[in-house]
Amino acid sequence: MASMTRRKTVNAVMMTLSTGAAALGLFVLAVILLYLLYKGASALNLAVFTQDTPSPMEPGGLRNAILGSVIMSAIAVAIGTPIGILAGTYMAEYGRYAKLSKVIRFVNDILLSAPSIIVGLFVYQVLVVSLGHFSALAGSVALAILVIPIVVRTTEDMLRLVPDQLREAGLAMGWPRWVVIRTVAYKAAMAGIVTGVLLAIARISGETAPLLFTALSNNFFSLDLTQPMASLPITIFQFALSPYDNWQALAWAGALLITVAVLALSIVARLVTSKKEKH
Amino acid sequence: MDTLTRERSPMTFDGVDPAPKSRISIKNLDFYYGDFKALKSINLDLPENRVTAFIGPSGCGKSTLLRVLNRMYDLYPKQTATGEVLLDGENILGKKVDLNRLRAKVGMVFQKPTPFPMTIHENIAFGLRLANYAKSEIDDRVQAALKGAALWDEVKDKLQSSGQSLSGGQQQRLCVARTIAVEPEVILLDEPASALDPISTGKLEETIHQLKEQFTIAIVTHNMQQASRVSDRTAFMYLGELIEEGETAQIFTRPRVERTSDYITGRFG
Repeated sequence: MASMTRRKTVNAVMMTLSTGAAALGLFVLAVILLYLLYKGASALNLAVFTQDTPSPMEPGGLRNAILGSVIMSAIAVAIGTPIGILAGTYMAEYGRYAKLSKVIRFVNDILLSAPSIIVGLFVYQVLVVSLGHFSALAGSVALAILVIPIVVRTTEDMLRLVPDQLREAGLAMGWPRWVVIRTVAYKAAMAGIVTGVLLAIARISGETAPLLFTALSNNFFSLDLTQPMASLPITIFQFALSPYDNWQALAWAGALLITVAVLALSIVARLVTSKKEKH
Repeated sequence: MDTLTRERSPMTFDGVDPAPKSRISIKNLDFYYGDFKALKSINLDLPENRVTAFIGPSGCGKSTLLRVLNRMYDLYPKQTATGEVLLDGENILGKKVDLNRLRAKVGMVFQKPTPFPMTIHENIAFGLRLANYAKSEIDDRVQAALKGAALWDEVKDKLQSSGQSLSGGQQQRLCVARTIAVEPEVILLDEPASALDPISTGKLEETIHQLKEQFTIAIVTHNMQQASRVSDRTAFMYLGELIEEGETAQIFTRPRVERTSDYITGRFG
């Protein structure tokens, strides 16, 4: 009986510890989010979306930074998604049993966990130094390099989940491989692949390091891809460290915007996935 | 074993119906999964417009044999076939064989229903378009295929719903429909009724019965009653060998090899 009491005590202690750890984690997260909401929401107004980044103590907004982030992320996704999906398709379909796939998977996993600042340095060396100046395009390429491994991974994983039977059924009809991939495999894996792309967008929308040496930043409104371009993360970085109240307020607003955007993307990704599961 | 070796080859055709000309001729076929020899010098003819059933205990190689006939094994590494399988005089095991053309000629329906993720109509029409049938005939051919698979009456009002919304038995008949729509010469059925209830099975068997007027059919089945109901000829396989082949009535009533009769009477397997 004594050992029974002891077991119960140990159980109670363990349960308290793990519940406490979970509560602490959630508490910290909640504090961050609430503080962000409080600080960000009070700084949020229409001018944030309609005016560009101001001089210190001048009124202004984040229009150029928001637009810059959207443009560079969009280009990054436009470059990275097709490459990622095609590479993932090779690994799951054409080269499923090939040695090359194993090599690609290994390299891709390294790329997936590579610190983004290294990607930034690489693009700085290749595109900024050689062209002689910072540019939005270089920023986009740096972000694209972050997108590719995520999309490769999810595409391969999702395609591998498609049952072989379905693939065989298509091939048994005498359809060429690419038709089977397009009409059967992609269709069945679509939700997962889309989720991967959304997660990649969420990942790059907060990236600062790869943009530091590539797109730099720009205090003015610019749509020129060959010139430096503002982005939300870098603007937040600059403004948050500044001594000016209005810059700090804008940094909070920008932080809130990114968080909400990432949250929205995650929710959409969840919805896409769960819709597929119901099917 | 003595009887086995004596009876295994050559196969003698006997019985009432003189066997018509063979559509597929399998000669000295060996098949390997890596180092494992799964089929051992199979010799077999599949006669035109007849249903040939492959029976035998699990792992005897009947599904493997079926998957050789449309080179489905080609998808996977380390699976090799040696020997000859002649379809219209051409050895389909040859390296230069166009697999897409071969599979268009030799259609297959699988154990588990596999409707494509598209509408019922599109499940059939897509293959037709890909096979370059004229646009104007597609709707008619979809209808004809669904009628051929005894599914038309059940789906005619919902051709635009998803193929995956149908019941298991209906899905399987949809798979038959899309296979016959593109007019293959041979249809391979790999335990097509094993996931179906008795009523769906009955419908599928009726369908098979009608299809043999147009096609040469090979069916793998675990169910011996089914083999005796639907097939004209039966091939009994055991441990990768073709033990006995002949008219279904003969195999089921007067098997020549003891092992066949043991299996059929349920003494093993």
